[in-house]
Amino acid sequence: MNDTIAAISTAQGVGAISIIRVSGSEAIEIVSKIFSNKKFKTAPSHTIHYGYITNNDEKIDEVLVSKMLAPKTFTKEDVVEINTHGGIVATNKVLEILLSNGCRLAEPGEFSKRAFLNGRIDLTEAEGIMDLINAKTEKASQMAINQINGKASNLIKDLRNDLAAILANIEVNLNYPEYEDIEEMTVSKISSSMDNLETKIKKICLESKNGELLKNGIKTVIVGRPNVGKSSLLNNLIGEDKAIVTEIQGTTRDSVEATLILDNIILNLIDTAGIRKTKDLVESLGVEKSLKLVNDADLVLLVLNYNEKLTEDDKKIINQIKDKKYITIINKCDLAKKIDDENLQNKVYVSALNNINIDGITNKIKELFNLEEIETEDMSYLGSARSLSILNKVREAIKEVKQGLNQGFTLDMIEIDLKNIWNLLGFIIGETYEEELIDQIFKRFCVGK
Amino acid sequence: MNYEIIVVGGGHAGCEAALASARKGHKTLLVTGNINNIADMPCNPSIGGSAKGIVVREIDALGGEMGKNADKSLLQIKMLNSAKGPAVRALRAQADKITYPKEMLKTLNKTANLDILEALVKKLIVKSGKCEGVILEDDRQIKAKAVILTTGTYMKADILVGSTRRREGPHGEKPSNYLSENLEELGFILKRLKTGTPPRIAKDSIDFTKMKVENGDNVYHTFSFDLKPKYDIDNQIPCHLIYTTAKTHEIINKNLKKSSMYGGLNDIKGVGPRYCPSIEDKVVRFADKEKHQLFLEPESIYYDDIYLQGFSTSMPYDVQEEMVHSLPGLEKAKILKYAYAIEYDSIYPTQLKQSLETKIIENLYSAGQINGTSGYEEAACQGLIAGINAALKLEGKKPLILKRNEAYIGVLIDDLVTKGIRDPYRLLTSRAEYRLLLRHDNADLRLREYGYKVGLIDETRYHNFLKKKESIKVLTKELQTKKLTPKDNDFLKQLNTKEIKDGITLYDLLKRPEITIESLTKFLANNYNDDVLEQVNIDIKYAGYIQKAKKEAMKMNELEDKKIPSDIDYDAMHNLASEAKQKLKEIRPTSLGQALRISGVNPADISILMIYLKRDYHG
Repeated sequence: MNDTIAAISTAQGVGAISIIRVSGSEAIEIVSKIFSNKKFKTAPSHTIHYGYITNNDEKIDEVLVSKMLAPKTFTKEDVVEINTHGGIVATNKVLEILLSNGCRLAEPGEFSKRAFLNGRIDLTEAEGIMDLINAKTEKASQMAINQINGKASNLIKDLRNDLAAILANIEVNLNYPEYEDIEEMTVSKISSSMDNLETKIKKICLESKNGELLKNGIKTVIVGRPNVGKSSLLNNLIGEDKAIVTEIQGTTRDSVEATLILDNIILNLIDTAGIRKTKDLVESLGVEKSLKLVNDADLVLLVLNYNEKLTEDDKKIINQIKDKKYITIINKCDLAKKIDDENLQNKVYVSALNNINIDGITNKIKELFNLEEIETEDMSYLGSARSLSILNKVREAIKEVKQGLNQGFTLDMIEIDLKNIWNLLGFIIGETYEEELIDQIFKRFCVGK
Repeated sequence: MNYEIIVVGGGHAGCEAALASARKGHKTLLVTGNINNIADMPCNPSIGGSAKGIVVREIDALGGEMGKNADKSLLQIKMLNSAKGPAVRALRAQADKITYPKEMLKTLNKTANLDILEALVKKLIVKSGKCEGVILEDDRQIKAKAVILTTGTYMKADILVGSTRRREGPHGEKPSNYLSENLEELGFILKRLKTGTPPRIAKDSIDFTKMKVENGDNVYHTFSFDLKPKYDIDNQIPCHLIYTTAKTHEIINKNLKKSSMYGGLNDIKGVGPRYCPSIEDKVVRFADKEKHQLFLEPESIYYDDIYLQGFSTSMPYDVQEEMVHSLPGLEKAKILKYAYAIEYDSIYPTQLKQSLETKIIENLYSAGQINGTSGYEEAACQGLIAGINAALKLEGKKPLILKRNEAYIGVLIDDLVTKGIRDPYRLLTSRAEYRLLLRHDNADLRLREYGYKVGLIDETRYHNFLKKKESIKVLTKELQTKKLTPKDNDFLKQLNTKEIKDGITLYDLLKRPEITIESLTKFLANNYNDDVLEQVNIDIKYAGYIQKAKKEAMKMNELEDKKIPSDIDYDAMHNLASEAKQKLKEIRPTSLGQALRISGVNPADISILMIYLKRDYHG
């Protein structure tokens, strides 16, 4: 368990700087062997050093190396972080050199696991940190930090407190039936509290889903019949200074071949391989082919021509995508209007060629995914699949409470599902201590002989 | 004189322990300070109540005495929560404070292998870590193979009233002055606890016309699964309900500093029970509450004391007079016994194993209030388990340890030895994870088998139990096979339930909330007892919830089944958080499930423990 592990801890391909993290009792020694700066080995903890990573006297990359000694490190072990500058090839080479000098390649999440097993972090934090590792953009990393800071925890705590009041009331009714002066918990009170809980959880789920999109990117496909300006639109987006295109084959299972970052929103363009090489490929995609891609997408960008009437093909496409999230980009808006667009949704008028209103597309995407709200509000969303799956269980349990109430079951039964909800919420924030509830009873109610 | 098992203390725990041991055939001595105080009820004159009533049923199912004894001394009895659902139903009885101890003493006296000795124990005889008997205050030595301590509130007991502290037990009895010092010398950590009792009022000085009458039920109940009702349903003695007045609160607030707990005494170390607050606590802590509920409970038909439940206090006598006279109907009341608080020593219960044997001294057991609980029922069930386990150990058998999903007794003991206590421990249904499984009605189905196996349930009673189980099976089968057809729609209409187009089994029909099992008995070929009908009705009506609870319990038991070897070395696990390490070393849980319930032990610690067990024990 105490061997020294290493891995690239930044997402590959995004940005020029990558960080390689090394953790374990031999971390300092191994890095010293391959680092040109000889002061590093004896330097104090929590210092940064400049130099080169070398391999048999060959300079591999110019780097900054952070030295952090146990226990005040992420894993509570000795940790070294190497900031490489030479892009993915150099970074991979540095990692290889580390591995050949005695490090073991870390398994996914192994740093967090060590942090977790060494008591450095709790379960919620561990998940948040895992998300942090994957964070591809500034924004997504902000969200991950939020979870660690406990904003999500506080939100869940509030929901749990509301529920504790109801549970304590039920408990006191059941355990102290002789107290006539204590209010009885009623079906209608439980119902309205469940409604409230459901609304709040729905909101968290929605925000969290959007948070996922922010973090992982929106699967996007551009459709439209030939010659409406798909390629010029794409070229415009790519050509803009604010956009970055990366082409890393097979980085995700969705065969995303281009990642486009517009104003901090990641668009993963599906199946547009080689768009820059064969300039006209997008344009040459037939309608049928485009439509096949629609099913897979989170977002469809439909391109129409402002200067033409809607054709049968256009209508066919519109009909196909009507249940999807889509934006109708009406291109060539600087020409004469011939399109009959009254019945179209989410319209943005642009001219790709003359660079008119391209920002409008980004704004529409934010509007459509409710991202504006997330951006401005506190981002108290739950950033992990585990938390979200628990929230889904909570929603199921709420349903069961309501069902039980409808069927006229007594509160000793209903309470089983209520307590389940309370426990599930507790799991998310790592609190499941039953004694709490008993404290609540005696804090809230004056009972006893 | 030599015995196999000595029980020290003749309260509710001591009686059960002594009876269990003697009935299992072991030569047993019960040592009590005063033979007239056997099974005394120094506080309220009632047995049962929420959760506690179910414990009494569990005691009875296992072959203990409390249920039977309560049935013999009822003044009134009722089923609590009868409308609130089967999981929380529980019996509560007013028991006669003269009859109850008298009946218990009768039972003890006629039990073979059981002697009673009036004496106080000064010390334990301990040799190389094993308890081998007791030394009395007159220095006589009595040898035994095992000793069970059931001293209740008597160790270094102090009675507190106003600004006075007197070294005496309940009713001015002699306290046990030396035993707790001896326990400390032996290495036990003690905890000072406190509880209180309200004033008793002369019956003929009360104007009951100003009070609400609280009667017993008009259907018969028994705690015991084996006894027929022994009381007259029409001659149950009522209780009465009143509320405190603004005047009462004014008097309390004005005199607050005179209460022992609010400044009258400044040397109080004992921690009082949260669920049993004094009336001054209630008035102070719930200042916005205009009135508090009080019950007047009859203590006995042989004397006149009325117990004023909800009014325990440690105010001086003159203030108590004023307070009582401010209550409706008690304007001219005569106080026969003043309220007092009592402080006493207890053993911090994490020093016990789940068998109730102490961890540091072999063959020494403790049960009841000495373990930090409160309540007659909580005491009795521990006494029963300690008695059974001390005897089983002499027989070279494994202890009886009830799981949390099997009995409230299991919940109680596991809570005590795993979590320890902050204040005197009272059982609440909320303490059980799966209270739907731990019902009043199914206590025998849960536990009688164990009672039979340990030898406390005789063949006749066991045979009756098997008959009941069989009858449940037959009834279930009958309901599953017998079908109603559209021809029976007239009948369904009568029952105000939806008519049918196809056939429906009685079983499925019973799932409808509006259908009672009694309304269907005319279709059944056999006759069934009420308890069988009730059992099957609950099983069918609440099947969904019961299944859910059982599934959860199974999950819990998976961790329960992951045993931790007793020789595990927590110091070698450097990854463990230091708090968890310290707690695990203190409690030494026997399973991962128990470990997870220790406060201060987190899931992360359990993961580490798991990894460690896997690594070192190939668990």
